[in-house]
Amino acid sequence: MATAQNNNSKLVIKLLAVVIGMFGFGFALVPLYDVFCDITGINGKTSNQAASYQSIEVDESREVTVEFITRTNTGMPWEFRAQTHRVKVHPGELNTVEFYVRNPLTKEVVAQAIPSVSPGQAALFLNKTECFCFNQQPLAGGDEASLPMQFYVDPQLPEDINYFTVQYTLYDVTARTNDLPQKENPFLTQQESSGK
Amino acid sequence: MSKANDVISPDSAAPEHDDHHDHHDHIPKGITRWLFTTNHKDIGTLYLWFAFIMFLVGGAMAMVIRAELFQPGLQIVEPDFFNQMTTVHGLIMVFGAVMPAFTGLANWLVPMMIGAPDMALPRMNNWSFWILPFAFLILLSSLFMEGGGPNFGWTFYAPLSTTYSGDSTALFVFSVHIMGISSIMGAINVIVTIFNMRAPGMTWMKMPLFVWTWLITAFLLIAVMPVLAGAVTMVLTDKFFGTSFFDAAGGGDPVMFQHIFWFFGHPEVYIMILPAFGIISHIVPTFSRKPLFGYASMVYATASIALLSFIVWAHHMFTTGMPLFAEMFFMFATMLISVPTGVKVFNWVATMWRGALTFEVPMLFALAFIVLFTIGGLSGLMLAITPVDFQYHDTYFVVAHFHYVLVTGAIFSIMAAVYYWLPKWTGKMFDITLAKWHFWCSLISVNVLFFPMHFVGLAGMPRRIPDYSLQFADFNQWISLGGFAFGLSQLIFLALLIKACRKQGEPVSDQVWEGAHGLEWEIPSPAPYHTFETPPVVK
Repeated sequence: MATAQNNNSKLVIKLLAVVIGMFGFGFALVPLYDVFCDITGINGKTSNQAASYQSIEVDESREVTVEFITRTNTGMPWEFRAQTHRVKVHPGELNTVEFYVRNPLTKEVVAQAIPSVSPGQAALFLNKTECFCFNQQPLAGGDEASLPMQFYVDPQLPEDINYFTVQYTLYDVTARTNDLPQKENPFLTQQESSGK
Repeated sequence: MSKANDVISPDSAAPEHDDHHDHHDHIPKGITRWLFTTNHKDIGTLYLWFAFIMFLVGGAMAMVIRAELFQPGLQIVEPDFFNQMTTVHGLIMVFGAVMPAFTGLANWLVPMMIGAPDMALPRMNNWSFWILPFAFLILLSSLFMEGGGPNFGWTFYAPLSTTYSGDSTALFVFSVHIMGISSIMGAINVIVTIFNMRAPGMTWMKMPLFVWTWLITAFLLIAVMPVLAGAVTMVLTDKFFGTSFFDAAGGGDPVMFQHIFWFFGHPEVYIMILPAFGIISHIVPTFSRKPLFGYASMVYATASIALLSFIVWAHHMFTTGMPLFAEMFFMFATMLISVPTGVKVFNWVATMWRGALTFEVPMLFALAFIVLFTIGGLSGLMLAITPVDFQYHDTYFVVAHFHYVLVTGAIFSIMAAVYYWLPKWTGKMFDITLAKWHFWCSLISVNVLFFPMHFVGLAGMPRRIPDYSLQFADFNQWISLGGFAFGLSQLIFLALLIKACRKQGEPVSDQVWEGAHGLEWEIPSPAPYHTFETPPVVK
């Protein structure tokens, strides 16, 4: 009898360990997903930190079309549009585009722009030296602003990609401005800039 | 083997009943028998009745859905309530009907099939059943809350469940937690029972296939139910405690929800079908009067399906914008599953080949299972093809597919199992006339119900929408009529079960069916309250 119960409880403990392990694995999927996407760039997220632009060789022989589209999340009342909708660039060349925002409300709103590149692989080759999406953007009621974004396309961009789209979605983060999520955010950590 | 001997010495089997050894069929009376029972047969019965009641409740919700869709336009219910019906129908059928029914069958059958006196952890067994009614009470009561119950689909995709859901989401999360705990306890119990309590001589490769398939299912359960618990917890904290697992504004990603959910969700669909494979592998040989063709290949096929189920989840997400290589990988991995599944179907057919076939009611359901489950499997293969999935995604074609594998697959197998083992449980043959009516009415109506869904799906009718374009009207009337008929047909089953539980009918022999083999057919009919207190020796 004692043996039977010992055998049972040993097995139960092992199985419970599996259960707890898998519960942990469910949460471990979150950083795993982020790391996986960072490395492969398959979900179109770009780095949230400035890339450096030093002695990059411009590939004049190649032309890449970059398209910009903008969205505001549900409940985000700002006007938000790209001043340049489409730009043809040579890989390695530094470009600046401007985005127009206006806060039609009477109170201050803090916005956060989240980029998404399609096709996703292009995200790894879009290097921003300056972007309004790196920081939260407060805007007083009724104000308008022009937000710059400076970027270059890495000359290593795969041959089959000659057209990609950058989408910015603007979120209202006024309610959560106190806990600035970006710096500790594993999701938006800097990738190794491939064009040094 | 010596281990098994240690485990089931007669004294250790049921210490509480030592003083009843002479007439060990003493059965407690009244409600406390059911509340406090640790007997695997009682708990099996509780699970099966609970599953059947949930089947009727979830079915009533399906009737609301079909009544609304009988004609285009909004007829009977508000869109929000319609969404609650599709959501809760799905949750109840998956977690309340199919899974508890299989657990009930495991409780009844696993100890009897391996020659064990009871489940290994009887008191936990009692708990794992009795928390279940509360889970569903919480879920169902949320429908009556202000703002309504969950309306985001049973897959509770973020941000539908995090940003756009009502306060009842908390109740949904807690009820899923309780269901998960119940399933995990049930699965641990099955594993421990099968590992430690097999009769002497019952080696791994002599175990009946229902036991094998349930063992593998139990491992799937303990692997993925905790992931589901994690997913609902993240939804809870995203919604109520300001985390950003799935909120892009805070650095999360809503697509990640789908990855986590389907990492649970795909093994889950095999949790609902592997025990069915086991059941069919018992019934087909019995009524073919031949041993099962390819026993070992059945075991390996089941294990392969279980392993493959972990690497195919993203085939539910082809339209989320995956890179080409990922779509190719998940497409081919999904198609690979049809190989072990095909092994099973061909083995059943080969078992029947040149057998002395008879068509008793369990066999009718088993044959319907083989044909109709295969139809569902083939439409699944179509859905696995990435480029065409962009057309089929979120249409009624998907609804047709998963109802063929779950209703005519899982549920038909459960009905087949009930008809097959019911005479052993009650000692009386069920009402064969009613059973045949139940079978033929169900078979015809279920096809009127689900087959036209393929066509409206291919023509572009989206799922989970209370209204539709006029060109789908005729087919939807057919579908609704089939649905009402299928719903009514289950009342025949209810009548039959009530008659059976009142022990009406012809007494049956111990073997019950001429071609039935296995330990459960060697004990008396009805199965005594306590069986195998002395372990049998399996040769």
